Order: sequence, then C-alpha cells, then structure tokens
Amino acid sequence: MESVIERIQKGNFWQFHGGIHPPEQKFLTCTKPIASAQIPEQLIIPIRQHIGQAGDLIVSVGDKVLKGQILSVGDNPMSLPIHAPTSGTVTAIKLMAIPHPSGLRETCLILTPDGEDTWQQRHICPDFQLLSKGKILEKIVNAGIAGMGGAGFPTQVKVSTLAKIEYLIINAAECEPYITADDLLIQEHSPTILDGIKILDHLLAPQNILIGIEDNKAKAIETLQKATADIDHIQVCVIPTKYPSGGEKQLIKILTGQEVPSGVLPSSLGMVMQNVATCFAIADAVINDTPLIKRVVTVSGQALDKPQNVWALIGTPVGYLTEQCGYSNSHDKHLIMGGPMMGFSLANDQIPVIKTTNCILAPSEIEIASPFSSTSSKEVECIRCGQCADVCPAQLLPQELQWSAKAKDQPQLEKLNLFDCIECGACAYVCPSQIPLVHYYRVAKAEIRQQKLLDIKAEKAKVRFEARKLRLEREKIAREEKHKKAAEARKARMNAGTPAAKSEKSAVAAALARVKAKKAQAGSNQDIVSQADSSVEQIDDNKSQVANAIARAKAKKLAQKSQTPISTADAEQDTDNAAIAPKAQPVVTDKKAKVAAAIAKAKKRQATEQASNSDTQVLSTEETTPVSATSGAVQEPITDEKSQLPINKKAKVAAAIAKAKARAKAKKETDGNINAQPSSTSTDKPTVVPAQEQYTLAAVASNKATVTLHTETPVAISPVNKTATASDERKKKVAAAIAKAKAKKLVEKTQQASPSTSEVKISESDSKPTTEAAIAANKKARVAAAIAKAKAKKLAASSDKSQPSE
Amino acid sequence: MSTLIAILVLGVIAALFGALLGFASVRFKVEGDPLAEQLDALLPQTQCGQCGYPGCKPYAEAVANGEAINKCAPGGEDTIKKIAELMGVEVQPLDANHEADNTPKVAFIIEEDCIGCTKCIQACPVDAIIGTTKQMHTIIADECTGCDLCVAPCPVDCIEMIPVATTTQNWQWDLQSIPVVQID
Repeated sequence: MESVIERIQKGNFWQFHGGIHPPEQKFLTCTKPIASAQIPEQLIIPIRQHIGQAGDLIVSVGDKVLKGQILSVGDNPMSLPIHAPTSGTVTAIKLMAIPHPSGLRETCLILTPDGEDTWQQRHICPDFQLLSKGKILEKIVNAGIAGMGGAGFPTQVKVSTLAKIEYLIINAAECEPYITADDLLIQEHSPTILDGIKILDHLLAPQNILIGIEDNKAKAIETLQKATADIDHIQVCVIPTKYPSGGEKQLIKILTGQEVPSGVLPSSLGMVMQNVATCFAIADAVINDTPLIKRVVTVSGQALDKPQNVWALIGTPVGYLTEQCGYSNSHDKHLIMGGPMMGFSLANDQIPVIKTTNCILAPSEIEIASPFSSTSSKEVECIRCGQCADVCPAQLLPQELQWSAKAKDQPQLEKLNLFDCIECGACAYVCPSQIPLVHYYRVAKAEIRQQKLLDIKAEKAKVRFEARKLRLEREKIAREEKHKKAAEARKARMNAGTPAAKSEKSAVAAALARVKAKKAQAGSNQDIVSQADSSVEQIDDNKSQVANAIARAKAKKLAQKSQTPISTADAEQDTDNAAIAPKAQPVVTDKKAKVAAAIAKAKKRQATEQASNSDTQVLSTEETTPVSATSGAVQEPITDEKSQLPINKKAKVAAAIAKAKARAKAKKETDGNINAQPSSTSTDKPTVVPAQEQYTLAAVASNKATVTLHTETPVAISPVNKTATASDERKKKVAAAIAKAKAKKLVEKTQQASPSTSEVKISESDSKPTTEAAIAANKKARVAAAIAKAKAKKLAASSDKSQPSE
Repeated sequence: MSTLIAILVLGVIAALFGALLGFASVRFKVEGDPLAEQLDALLPQTQCGQCGYPGCKPYAEAVANGEAINKCAPGGEDTIKKIAELMGVEVQPLDANHEADNTPKVAFIIEEDCIGCTKCIQACPVDAIIGTTKQMHTIIADECTGCDLCVAPCPVDCIEMIPVATTTQNWQWDLQSIPVVQID
C-alpha cells in the first residue's frame, strides 16, 4: 500500500462525500492587485473578534495611541488582545453592532485616526531561529492572531499543542465561489507566507507540510511551487475544485484519507491546520513585530463598480470599503459578510471588518436576493428528493434533520448528529424546494446550546439547593447539641456540692416555683378570659361549693339593688369608654362597681358584634346595649358574687373590658383598612401603621382602665378584704397575670389583624408595610404589657399602704 | 383422578410463579421513586416555590402522587408538555394562579440602598447572595435562578429582578424576525 505522500505526489487524492460546484465568481477580483489600505475617518474596533473571551481594555477615552499599540490584555488562554490599527485618539468606548448574524451590540472602541499613521517602537527580528519556542508563542499571542479563515480560533492554542504532529496542513483551498483574498495574498506575498510556514514548522516540527490549494488558482499554485521547490517536506497539493473542500475535516479527508471523528480535534490525529492568511500574520508578527491590524478582504459582487481585494484595517466600517469599490446601489443595501454560501447578511453598513472577515459581498438583486425582500421567501414543502443527503459533506441526513428541527425534537436532532453539520449550505443550495435548511439547523443548534446551558444551570441550582438544605439541617443539629451541652454543664455545676452551687440551686428552685405559680394563675385567668367570649356560666367551674352558697345569698340582694345603678350607668356612659363606667360611680359599693363593670363588658361585647357586622353603626349599638346590658348585669354579678375572691373577679372583669374594647377598636380599624385599601393601594403604608398604633394605644388605655378599677377597689372592697387572707399577694399576681394575658391576646390579635389586611392587598410589595406594622405592634404590645405589670406592682404597693390605715 | 392431577399441577405452577415473583420483587426492588426523579429532572430547578411546594423536588414528588402538572410557572408551557408526556396525561394550560412571565431574570441588589439586614440571604434557596450583617449584599448572577424569593423579604425594596440580557452567547435565531434593524 502506497503512503499518503506517494499518493499526493502522484496527484491521487481522496474524495469527501458530497460537495457541490456552485458557479465560479472569482474572476471578478482574482486578476486585480490588492489595493492598499486607506484610513477611514473612524475605526470601530470590537474588543472581542474571535472565539473566546475578550481581554480587558487598558486604554481609556481621550488616550492617544500609536499604530500597533496594544489596547487590551487578557489572562485567559482563550482571550486575545486587540491593537490600534493606526495612530490616533480613542474617542469613545461604547456598545456598537458587531459582525454577527444577530446584529447585537458589544463593547467597541472607537478610534479617530490622526492621519499620520505613526508606528510604535518595533523590534524587527530577521532570524526567528534565534528565538525560543516560548518567545515565538508569546509573540503570536501578543499579536492577537486568531484563525483568519473564518472561525477565529486563537492560533496559539492550536500551535502550542503537545501532541506529536505528523501533518501540518496549510489551507489555501478557498472554496467559496467569490473569495480570492488568499489567492491574491499568495500571489503577492508568498515569501512572507513561506516564512510563516517555516515558523510553524519550527514550532510543531511536523513530518510533512501539505499545502492544500484548489486547481482554479493557477497563478497562486505556480508561485507556491516555485517558492517551495527547494524544501523537501513541503508538498503543494493541487486538489480538484469542489465546495466545501476548504472545510477543515473535508481537507483532511482529501489530503490524508482520514476522517476526523465527531467531537475530536485534528491534533489528536497528529494534524494541525492553518490558513495561509494566518501564516502571513504569524510571519509579520514574529519577524516584523507587526500585530494583526490589517487583513486582505475581498470586496466583491455585481452591485459594485470595481470589485477588488483590499488591505483593510481592522475596524474599518464595511460601508467605507464598499464605497471605495464603487457601491452604486445606495438605497436598499444588501451586504453579506463572508462568502455567499456561509456568510450572513449585515444589519447595516457601519459594522466593522474584524480579524475573521475575509469577504464583503454586495450582490445585485438578481445575483442573490436579499432575505429582507419579499421575493426571497419561496420555500415550499420538502418533496423528499434526497439531493441534500447526496451533497452533504458531513454525511448527515439533512431532510430528517429539517423535520426534527421543525418539530424541535432535540434528542432526535442530537441522534442525527446535528452538531457535525458545518453549515456549509450545500443542502440548501441543491434543494429544489428552496428550503433554507441551514437556517433551521442554526436555530436548532442555538436552541440546543441554550438548553444545555439551562440544564447545567438547573443541575447547579439543584446541587446548591440540596447543599443549603443539608447545611441548615446541620446547623440546627449543632445548635441543639450546643444547648444540650450548656444545660448539662449547668446541671453539673449545680450538683457540684460547693456553697455557690447550692445557693444557685436554691435560687433556681425559687424561680421555678415562681414561674409555676405564675403559670397557674395565668392559666386560670386565661380560662376566664376566653370563657367570657362564649359563656359566662363556665366560670362556675372554678368556684368551690362553699363559695357558691355564700354567693347565691349575696346575689339575691344584689339583684334587687342592681336595678338602679344600671340606669345611672347607662345615662352616664359614653358607649365607647368603659373606663368611665367605674369612674362614674365614685365610692358606692364594690358590688356597684362590679355591676358597672359588667354592664360595660356586656356593652362592649355587643358593640364588638355590631362593629364586626357594620362598623359604622355606632348609634344603633347605643340603642341596643341597654337591653343586653341589663341581662348581662344580672348574670354577671351573680357569678361574680359566687366568687370566693372578689378582687380576683374584679380584675378579671377589668381584663375582659379592656379586651373587649381593644377588640372592638381593632375590628373597627381593620374594617376601616379593608374598606380603605382596595380603593387606593398606594396609601397602604400610612393607613396600616396608624391603625396598629391606635390599636396599641387602645390596649394601653384599657390597661389604664384596669388600673383605675384597681385603684378604686382598695377603698371599695376593703371590708371584704379584711376578711380575706393574703389578698394583696393575690392581687399582685392577678394584676401581673392580667397584663400578661392581655399582652398575649394583643399579640394574637395583631397577628390576626395583619393577615386580614394583607389579604386584600393587590400587589406583593404592599405586604411589607403590614409585616413591619405587625412587628411594630408586637413590640408595642410587649411594651404595654410591661407598663401594665409595673402599674400593677405599684397598685399592689399602694394597697398595702392603704390597708393598715383602714 | 385426572382433575386432581390438573389441580395439583396448576397449584404447583401457581406456587412456583408466586415464589418467583416474590423473589423478583425483593431482588429487583427499586430504591426511591423513579418517577419523581424523572419529573425532578424536567423541572427548571429555580426552587422558587411558586407551585406551593418548598422546592422543585417536593413538587416532583407531589406530581408523582397526583398533584396537578400545571403549577410550574418558570418552566411554562414547555415543562408542562414534557411532564404530560412523561405522565401520559393531557397537556393543561398553566394554572391561572401561577400565571407569570417566564422570561429568564436575575436578581440585582441596588447596593447603595442595601442596609445589610441579611433577610434576602436567608430567603435565597440556592445561596446566591453574599453579604453579612450590616455589610452590603450582592447577588452572584451566575448562581441566581431568578426565583423572586429575595424580593419580598427586603425591608428597603432594594432588590430588582432584571431580565437576562441577550448576548451573542445566548442569542437565538428567529427566522420570523430576520430583518434586524439597528438604530444608532
């Protein structure tokens, strides 16, 4: 079996599957010399012009830069610097449309040339052999060289491969029908290109260097053959013209017969491919210390008067180039960047030339219809002729891909190896139904890529969520452990047997006892408080048998007496203010006070009910109260009199009053809020907060009411008190318990009130004020409770003083 | 006699198969709930709780147990379609209560307004907010799922949800809107 080189020397090449022969249009430009670069008024330099990351700009607006000066640096291996194509001033750094099918905008640097074209200091290096490989690579990176054939892969990544390289392939195929940039570059600058090839030879040390060139470039082939005649291991391979032989995988197949598997880099097969233009740029960078600031661009198309190749500075707006080449069709501009097969239409003519731009096409309407014109969409149904599969150079099934792409069947697309599609456009070219197949593939590819990104993100989110859950769990356990340990340590310390421990122990025991007693009190109080809502009779449960008997006797007497006080109380009471009721009857009897309190309570209850039904009908409440008040008054005193400890009862009553009052107010407030909020959500904050404040005020007021009741009791009940044992102690406790219970209720209510208000809220953001208010109300409630407690203590003290005097 | 043999033979066969099935159920027992796992893989993992469950996995488990499939607002129609396919049920429109635009968003903290209360940090289901008490907080945009949960707890309203900008990396071809117009 003959070797690859033998076959090549005989001119026997392999064939890749498919391929097409689009009409040649190279004659438009291939005979004219490359026009020299002219400097436009403004250069638009995108900071990212290749595949990979952008570097960071190191110049700012207003800076004067020299030709060749570095403008950005990056530390990522996939980032490349950009350079000033000429001397001038950086006039802006802003988002501009970049050469991308989307027409999206990215950061660009705007350079206004000064026209002098002053070079920065250059270090010409005539003999690259003296430089180390590392130094050469550094020069290549610093020159910002990316693959100039179209993909824009950073060159240093390709040439710094550690794999053993068998073939270095120089791609001069240039298979796109219009482009002649490489052809002309070879014709005019073959020595520099050869220098570039030698540098690559020096870096990669390949066994063979193959220059692949299509047979339609006679002059270039001749030039290359002359230049390489005395170098043994360089073969100029003249391959038959067929599109897309310039594709990396296709050229490898033609020259070596090897197929690059899906998802594998050619370097792993011992091959590296470089474009001729890249070779030129490498030579320029290493020998002349000239960064990549200009390139040959084919400006072609039948809409131009003088299509030609030009040396264009990177950043030249395409409009400037087409103008230079006599673009007459100023209205209805249709410009394509890249070749007619693989290029994309430009959104406007202010898009700049970048490192990968090899062609600007300005076709006439007959040549290539603009995708923007209505005549271009002539797509009809697929007739399943199968021509697309015949021409596909990647041996895919374009028609099946198309159906899957339309159905968005991503798993199937991947099964059909969509990502091996090189988007050469051969299938769309031969399609008799004029289906823009490549567009469908591009859409599908972008979607799959996006989906993959989302999947990765979702997976990451899942992991993070799970990690967070674990962490919270761990923290909880750790906290519990800590508390447990602390408790154990305390226990151990107490059981130590030292005098200090003993005293601590006794103190703790005392505290525990106190807490227990308090709890018991609060419990019984709370019972009563809750019972007051539903039925008064339940209070009986707490009474002893003896007390019952005494109470019954007393109740009879009271029932007769109570008729009069009720009327007076009614006349004097102002419906809303329960505290006035006891005050209205200064020093009658304790019974009277109790009755008044009972009336007030009943009234309040009634008022509450009313308020909840219709909060505005305060007047009607007044009318209904006397009736119920009477009944309440009759009931209440009876139960009260059954009580063994009248003071206790009183305190309870006072608590109930305060509670009822607070509730009524709260209801009114919340109702008011409910009414007010739907009409204007914007005023939520102001309304809610005052409501809570008022509510708290109400609570404080009721506390005061309780206190007032108490201040009266010592005088009024003193005869009873005398008989009672340890009544003061009880009082103290009761007051504290009431305050506590009240505070609790208050807190509960505020919590109830805030959700009810937030329910009616329309937008989410409005709920914040409520929670804030709730927190505030909570705090206030606590403060109120503290005040009440303090007052109760004072009261107890004062009653202590008053008792001896009696 | 032959009836007896028939009954005997059938009985033995039944017992045999019973034993076989019993053994198989023990030997090939599937750990966990494979359906819930599959459903979880379809959900967008924003952990936003809009479905009423504390995270995507609990919702996946609930769907496996018969919960409505149309409660995932961030997933939108696509996710519902996929779940319906997996569950073999009808595709339903997104639950009206959970109607939300599912354009991808990320949270952004207006840093000069941040008071450093850490409330958003506690709310974030994926730990995508950095900061500590009385220090300015900031969002790790790459980790943010756009779940919205940090917006409500912020007492100073300094968190905004910003739609993810289209770049050349995540740009989608749209054949219907190819005439790209740049106004500059």
